[in-house]
Amino acid sequence: MTAPLPLTILGGFLGAGKTTLVNHLLRHAEGRRLAVLVNEFGELPIDEDLIEAEGDDLISISGGCVCCSYGSDLTAALMDLARMEPRPDHVLLESSGVAIPGAIAATVGLLQGYRLDGIVVLADAETLRATAADRYMGDTVTRQLEDADLVVLNKCDLVTGAELSALRGWLQDRHAGLRQVEARQAAVDPAVVLGGFDGAPVSARTPENPVQSRHLRLDGPVDDPAALAGALAQDRLGLIRAKGFVTDRAGARFLIQVVGRRAACTPAPGPVSAPDGIVCLGAGGRADWPAVLALGARTSEEA
Amino acid sequence: MTTIYSARKIITMCASQPTASHVAVRDGRILGVGPLDSLTGWGDYTLDERFADKVLMPGLIEGHAHTMEGTLWKYAYCGYFDRTDPVGRDWEGIKTLDGVLNRLKEADALIADPDAPLPGWQFDPIYMDNRRMTRHDLDKVSTTRPIGVLHASGHIMNVNSKALELGGMLRTGINHPGVPLGEDGLPTGELKGPDVMTPIGVHVGFDRSMLDCDDDGLRNFGRLCVRAGVTTTTDLAARLEDDTVDMMLKVTGEADYPARVVALRYFMGMTPRELVDRVIALRARSTDRLRLGRIKVVTDGSIQGFSARLRWPGYFNGAPNGLWYVSPQQLREVMDLALAEDVQIHTHTNGDEATDLVLDTMEAALRGQPSPDHRFTIQHCQLADSAQFHRMGKLGMCVNLFANHHFYWGDEHYRLTVGPERAERMNACATALARGVPMAIHSDAPITPLGPLFTAWCAVNRITASGRTQGEAEKIGVAEALYAITMGAAYTLKLDGEIGSIEVGKKADFAVLEDDPTEIGGGNLKDVRVWGTVQGGRVFAAADQT
Repeated sequence: MTAPLPLTILGGFLGAGKTTLVNHLLRHAEGRRLAVLVNEFGELPIDEDLIEAEGDDLISISGGCVCCSYGSDLTAALMDLARMEPRPDHVLLESSGVAIPGAIAATVGLLQGYRLDGIVVLADAETLRATAADRYMGDTVTRQLEDADLVVLNKCDLVTGAELSALRGWLQDRHAGLRQVEARQAAVDPAVVLGGFDGAPVSARTPENPVQSRHLRLDGPVDDPAALAGALAQDRLGLIRAKGFVTDRAGARFLIQVVGRRAACTPAPGPVSAPDGIVCLGAGGRADWPAVLALGARTSEEA
Repeated sequence: MTTIYSARKIITMCASQPTASHVAVRDGRILGVGPLDSLTGWGDYTLDERFADKVLMPGLIEGHAHTMEGTLWKYAYCGYFDRTDPVGRDWEGIKTLDGVLNRLKEADALIADPDAPLPGWQFDPIYMDNRRMTRHDLDKVSTTRPIGVLHASGHIMNVNSKALELGGMLRTGINHPGVPLGEDGLPTGELKGPDVMTPIGVHVGFDRSMLDCDDDGLRNFGRLCVRAGVTTTTDLAARLEDDTVDMMLKVTGEADYPARVVALRYFMGMTPRELVDRVIALRARSTDRLRLGRIKVVTDGSIQGFSARLRWPGYFNGAPNGLWYVSPQQLREVMDLALAEDVQIHTHTNGDEATDLVLDTMEAALRGQPSPDHRFTIQHCQLADSAQFHRMGKLGMCVNLFANHHFYWGDEHYRLTVGPERAERMNACATALARGVPMAIHSDAPITPLGPLFTAWCAVNRITASGRTQGEAEKIGVAEALYAITMGAAYTLKLDGEIGSIEVGKKADFAVLEDDPTEIGGGNLKDVRVWGTVQGGRVFAAADQT
């Protein structure tokens, strides 16, 4: 049986930068075949220079990526996508501006063949507070933020330092423990949205957006891999993502994947050559690295 | 070639001559109305006395329906209320869960292939002490074929184990608010909401394009129109892809197709600019019997589904506020463009907060793009209050209220969704008229049965399914209700110059009735017998619709 397809939900209000982020990720796909599902082919969601061919429901993008529209029938589009050959490596689901991402996540959870890799919600630093106070849209935006595993606070270059600082405080007051990455023109490190950060330190790639990575070393087996995954997702650590392999005391290997507050621990798929250890990402200096690394140390000591 | 029909009575809905004895028809249009001697001056004529003992009204107009009802009749009818199918068979309403299962067993026996799907529709456990149907119940009908029973609301479906298995959902570990689980950790077979219905629906015979009818379905819908006295109907949310438009042009163009269909393009899958351009292109393909060129925008969900957007104090049972299906920016953009291009918009707007959004957006759009006669229409508009109706009138908007809802779900609204006070004033026809808002009333078929005279009865009596009168003060008179299902609906479609009354120059569209709705008494309006229709001068007897 093939491994389930990882799927990331991109939520956020109209104008927050979802389409810009999609194009940014397509430009930095680095060999990964991304399938982008958009609510509809409204304003063409893909930059023209990336398009290889356009059909009624499908746009072919350079590098083997595709973009499909789902209109009123998300489930059907996901079922079609799962049968696509060649198979995509990762699915990005761009929801409509008024959609509640948690509801979409529940739907994805019904479909075999998919693994929800997290809900990333974009927010416009310039307008977020006004939208959250809007009499019609306020509760929708609030629900979107509540459902987010990660928030990309976009357009940070359009506000002053003082405004940004106030916005951070406002966000933490309303959504304690919220994991956020700050960006301009939605240029976040692809690893933040897509995971797959086994290579070089990611911070070098997008210098205006300081994402840090640390390697959590594990020198031996752990008592409870699921508990470790849960610990990595705790608010107080402030991690954006974490991914790696661990071995339990019975010798079984597990894959741990954390996206903000969402933690998953599943049996490792097939034989894995990678050594035990977990790569962790933090952003904006908000990760508590000593506490993160202490998780590994404690494990080692116990081992 | 002129035909003059005599009638027991002709109710014209034209103020200058409210009743008459004869109507002259030439080339599918009304040449004149009045006593016979006022019509003979037009030259040679044939006097046709077949309606001499009938009552003629303007052909009735259904301002909010979906032609897919014609397609649903291919499936097993599982409704609680008696309902007549397109070919005239009366299906007795089923009052118990066992009765529904027996109906499905009968349908099962008629399908030879043991693996073929069995779809049913219009089930409503609200009337059966809310006892939920489970997959185990449906497994008694068949364990080999997938079975799916769609609820009357259209938002819930019950399926059997085979259907769950085919959809990959007969497993533990499912975590979804729309999929209740049994004690065994497996789904009970109840699926709530389109997201969870779709993956199973394709296996039980409800395919993806449920909003669109097929050609036989459209013909069947025409038959339903004749039975209900309807000569013009809407198809209020169609995707109108090219092949669907071709099919609809073909079917409605058939010599014996008995209705005019006004089909609105649903705002989905296009930008506002593309949508308006598409609709303008479609408008050019209109024929007399297929009218294209209008837009439908869905702003929120449904009240009984708790997905409508309500103002404070929200849902009576404390459910969180509903969902937006359009963003304010998109709504504004599509309104701006449609006003500029003179394309009409009808909005699906159930909750009162959604009504506020439409009114605010419309007011802003009109300041930038004044329009002398746009007649944008708020559909459903079930919770609007007096102040909102006032604004509608000021903004030149129309309203089409869901009078039938009051009968079918009024008790639920009182008890559960919005509570007594707002339930009493839901679908406030009297207030709408008092505030000067042009008004129609509707069935939303297939959600409730097509039948404008029944809809008029609902608005006149405001009786719920349990027999309570709900909202005495919002009752309207028989004359007002009959106006709403003729001229009122015509006005919301900008067709009031062509149809909706019996007067010179208009289409020869008549509802042919056995009883006089102005004499039978408001409490009996729903019992007015329909003989058939005349549509564009062509005579259609309900008895011939087989």
